[in-house]
Amino acid sequence: MAELTRAPERAATLLAGVRGRRNLAWVGVVPFFAYAVAFLLVPSFSLVIGAFQSEEGGFTLRFVEKLVQPGTLKAYWGSIQLSVVTAVLGGLFGLLLAYAVVAQGMPGWVRTVATTFSGVAANFAGVPLAMAFVSTIGFTGIVTRFFRDALGIDLYEAGFSLYSFAGLVIVYLYFQIPLMLLVITPALDGLRREWREAAANLGATPAQYWRHVALPILLPSLLGAVVLLFGNAFGAYATAYALTSGQFRLVPVLIGQVKIGNVLSDPHYGDALALGMVIVLSFTMLAYGFLQRRAARWQR
Amino acid sequence: MSEAAARIEEAPAAVTAGGGRARRVRRFPWWGALWLVLGAAYFLLPLLATLQFSLRVGRDAYGLDAYRKILADPFFRDSLWLSFKLSVYTIVVALLLLVPTAYWVHLKLPRLQPAVEFLTVLPFVVPPIVLVVGLLRGFRWTPTWFYGGYLLLVAGYVVLSFPYVYRSLDAGLRAIDIHTLTEAAQSLGASWPQVLFRVIVPNLKASLLSAAFLTFAIVMGEFTMAVIMLFNTFAVYIAYVMETQATGAAALSVISFAITWLSMLGILVVGRRVGGRQVQIGGVR
Repeated sequence: MAELTRAPERAATLLAGVRGRRNLAWVGVVPFFAYAVAFLLVPSFSLVIGAFQSEEGGFTLRFVEKLVQPGTLKAYWGSIQLSVVTAVLGGLFGLLLAYAVVAQGMPGWVRTVATTFSGVAANFAGVPLAMAFVSTIGFTGIVTRFFRDALGIDLYEAGFSLYSFAGLVIVYLYFQIPLMLLVITPALDGLRREWREAAANLGATPAQYWRHVALPILLPSLLGAVVLLFGNAFGAYATAYALTSGQFRLVPVLIGQVKIGNVLSDPHYGDALALGMVIVLSFTMLAYGFLQRRAARWQR
Repeated sequence: MSEAAARIEEAPAAVTAGGGRARRVRRFPWWGALWLVLGAAYFLLPLLATLQFSLRVGRDAYGLDAYRKILADPFFRDSLWLSFKLSVYTIVVALLLLVPTAYWVHLKLPRLQPAVEFLTVLPFVVPPIVLVVGLLRGFRWTPTWFYGGYLLLVAGYVVLSFPYVYRSLDAGLRAIDIHTLTEAAQSLGASWPQVLFRVIVPNLKASLLSAAFLTFAIVMGEFTMAVIMLFNTFAVYIAYVMETQATGAAALSVISFAITWLSMLGILVVGRRVGGRQVQIGGVR
């Protein structure tokens, strides 16, 4: 009897204990959020301040105005073109390779090898990657020599150059395709065999199956993957640094020049250039969000 | 027409004879194999070319001269050691920061999960070149030992490792029943640190190791942030060598590639031994 009458009281103290602990649970994530604010958000906002600040610390529009100069715009345009082309081509070839890897009848080890290799290749960038292509399609690379000696075609006389736009596209695809393969394989796994069989039973040709079934289902994932590839190429500095010795202008290379170059050093202009990159990437994300919602609309 | 007719007649026979099984045995996907062969050529040729180039000593003569020269260079050892130290620091800081956070969010604050996920994938949207410029601007006021030392660089590398480490931990935590494990440990009298380090961490071994290997591979090859912050890391050293001796740079590229490969093989071995599917995703910059 005494037990029973004291039950509500005990429940109340227990509840208070639970509630009290619950209120303190957020303390556990403070270090992470503090770190993210300090080393991710503060740097991003510092760019905005730095871009509008003169060397003396006052407000200025000088550096932001420099962004719309023809030379700078050309660098942005070059970066955007390169990123779009390599995102689309990388997305296409990556999708084809991923589809081949997950195709029925393909032995399981092919997938393990392909994904592991993609993990390596997607992280293979910078000077080592540049070096690999210098040895392959550089002026004395083995493919170039093969064309020159065995086929009698001089690629470089025909107008090709590793250091041109086309050359950069070939090199960038080396990390874009594997990245596509890694992010799109799970989405392809989601395509069920039954759908293809159902479509075939209803008389659909493979082309119709792709046009009306597979592509609409894959579209949100494909869009996401291509946007990821765009950002990946747009921000790539190491590879561009190693291959574009001033011939082809890209924004990351320009930032590097004004940040570390002794002669060209202009740190606040570097802030403005970086801010411009953030703006381009933000617009990409907005466009992506919009397209994503349209693409996924019917799936709900 | 006769062929089609024959096929139609055969079909029921195949179904009755082999049931579902006969249909499941599909032809080998030749077109897929063709794409894979073409892909393999595109991906392997540059690697073989680099290897061949690194072994060249003059016209049509091959040897290990480039490697010998590189190994004897004290700058090589210094830069490799610096990159190694940086990757170890990055792994330690990233794991100390993210393991308790990921565990706590999964256990107690599931509503914060989207926020944490968003912050950890943000480095995919903010490229290293932007991040390093922001770090240099935002921490200008800090003392030299922080600003000029490699603490700021490690801080940036930890941010770069966020997406990889958190994804790996997230997958690991989803695969085990953390609620039951935590309650069981607590009912046996374990304190919070004991629960975390003696119960949860041992169960996350596979994801911790794959996160560590991936972070190691990324930091060992990271160029952008190091060169802007003026550190002579391994990748910066390779760029420096490329300006003067091409075969040396080729040899270093082979070494750098081997380091990445070993890290990825590490992930594969760890993933296989534990039996879980490893989480990994690429990303350069």
